[in-house]
Amino acid sequence: MLLSWRGQLRRKGIMRKNAYYDFTQRLYGSDIAAAFYILSLKGGFRFVGQSDWFRADQRGKFNWDFLNHKDTPLEEVDMSYTVINYRGLDNLEGQQSLRTLALRGCPEVDDWFLARLHVFEDSLEELDISHCPRITTGGLAALRNLKGLRRLDLSSLPGISSPGLVVILLEEMLPQCQIIATGYDYSIKQHGGEEEVQR
Amino acid sequence: MECPEGVLLLLSFTAIFFSCEHTVPELEAQLAAMRKKAADALPGSSWSPFDINPNLPPERADIVIIGGGVMGWSIAYWLKQKERVREGVKVIVVERDLTYSQASTVLSAGGIRQQFSLPENIHLSLASADFMRNINEHLGVLNEDPVDLQFNQSGYLFLASEEVAHIMEENYSTQRQVGAKVTLLSPTQLKEKFPWINTDGVALASYGLENEGWFDPWSLLNAFRRKAMSMGVIQCCGEVTDFKYTVSMMTSPGGDPVVYKRINSVKVQMPKGLEYQMVECAIVVNAAGAFSGKLAEMLGISSNPKDTIAGTPVPVEPRKRYIYVVHCPDGPGLDTPFLIDYSGMYFRREGLGGNYITGASPKEADEPDTSNLEVDHQFFEDSVWPRLAYRVPAFEKLKVTSAWAGFYDYNTFDQNGIIGDHPVINNMYFATGFSGHGLQQSPAAGRAVAELILDGNFKTLDMRGLGFRRIMAQEPILERNIL
Repeated sequence: MLLSWRGQLRRKGIMRKNAYYDFTQRLYGSDIAAAFYILSLKGGFRFVGQSDWFRADQRGKFNWDFLNHKDTPLEEVDMSYTVINYRGLDNLEGQQSLRTLALRGCPEVDDWFLARLHVFEDSLEELDISHCPRITTGGLAALRNLKGLRRLDLSSLPGISSPGLVVILLEEMLPQCQIIATGYDYSIKQHGGEEEVQR
Repeated sequence: MECPEGVLLLLSFTAIFFSCEHTVPELEAQLAAMRKKAADALPGSSWSPFDINPNLPPERADIVIIGGGVMGWSIAYWLKQKERVREGVKVIVVERDLTYSQASTVLSAGGIRQQFSLPENIHLSLASADFMRNINEHLGVLNEDPVDLQFNQSGYLFLASEEVAHIMEENYSTQRQVGAKVTLLSPTQLKEKFPWINTDGVALASYGLENEGWFDPWSLLNAFRRKAMSMGVIQCCGEVTDFKYTVSMMTSPGGDPVVYKRINSVKVQMPKGLEYQMVECAIVVNAAGAFSGKLAEMLGISSNPKDTIAGTPVPVEPRKRYIYVVHCPDGPGLDTPFLIDYSGMYFRREGLGGNYITGASPKEADEPDTSNLEVDHQFFEDSVWPRLAYRVPAFEKLKVTSAWAGFYDYNTFDQNGIIGDHPVINNMYFATGFSGHGLQQSPAAGRAVAELILDGNFKTLDMRGLGFRRIMAQEPILERNIL
């Protein structure tokens, strides 16, 4: 019972972090709300037309200067190693100029999250989903909607069973996209069981 | 069985008899054997003249769910999930074939879609997709492996010809209003997105962007079963052959007598044997799938006059559908959606090796015989392959590797699920008649039935439109997107 409570508390914590920032959205607009959400989850972003990134440091402290840029959409978002999940995408949904999304090593990013990325289908050009443990082949099929995608990073995804074949199929599915898939063992496995049968 | 007092009397006589004379060894051995037999006959020893079948269901239960498919186990899970007190309801699930060789659940193609025309159906599918997204929160059991549904997020693609394009547009606006993420595509956009489609004859296409795809039905069934059993639901392998019910009579305002039935107990027959157990119960849930109509007949509905409420039969019957597995190395790739053509043909990708699952709905006049699950390969040659090759030219060269057949629990009235209680049989609830989309609506439908039983009313989704009222009033609510 205590173990299940621990699991439930952890899940509730993640849900609370990914809640919809309705209050911020009503007061400051959806772009500032999205920016605030990203910084609260210890991610980073860059506005359209600006060259410097706004990031939160290890302890969660960040610079409040981003409030000066009202109504500027986000161009690049880096949510690597954060607990962003399906619900959290509510906060980012309105960003129509999002070009880069980095989700490296996010433990809560799964297939349903990838299916929801279709909201960025016109603008997204780079997507990094390496090291996400919950992604499987079924979710990668959902990336067909991102027709503007130019660069996709799929390195070291533990959930994919036959990475070589999946990469080939993805290259066929997204012909203009460059797919980076390192960290897999592409060597052909020897069948040790055959010798037993022949005896 | 010898009575103990008589045995003791006999023993005492023999003891007195033998104490008088010197004992003979064989007689002593016989005496020892008699003593052992007497000790065995007394209660408390491990011998008994009749072996009681250990698999009999308990004599009493609160709720008996007839049918151990995904719908039955979903209802069992939600009943246990919603009970306020621990062990508040005693639930038994009766399933006659634990290998599930004829069950519709495991033989289904496993797809889930929100592209329906009826808002209730869309709500059910959306809620079920939400359930499956968080399935480990709902159905995760401590110390066991997490549930893996192998969900492919590829979406459904419906193709419409000129005649039905306006229906598709109406459906699209209903779906959008309810909250499904669907988009309409013109033939040019369709060709651009899926270059392997032949767009001749297609006027409009409807494509699901989120919450649509297909998954493994066996995993879902086992997840429900594992979780429900861990919460205390009793599984029983047996067949329901009879009901014991009481009948009460009332007069309607018009003066006609109305006969009400209340089920007292369910007769569960053990497989391969003559043993049976009468399970006394308060509520019976009919989740028997394709065989629900036959089950309801056991309650004597057909003995009443045909045009009364009491005489209306439950309009669910089994219909056989075939699924063929084909292999085509040059077929469409990873992004193949679950394509459904306006001619009734459908196909989807299976795995990564160029295999596809395909089938078609036969016309009303050519419904196959439902006495067995034999596959008709001629049907593939006549009805499926030509339409498949016409729609996707790459499928002209393919090879059928396997095929199977399964039953739809076909609702002959209007092909939509029946969820709710029966007007005349007081304590029987139905969750059947889904006609091919029961699997995808099972989590939400199970919750609806559990709410109806435990709370008395639908709480999260209002399914009164799918109740028995429409059948009694002969007002069908037709679903225009059935295949």
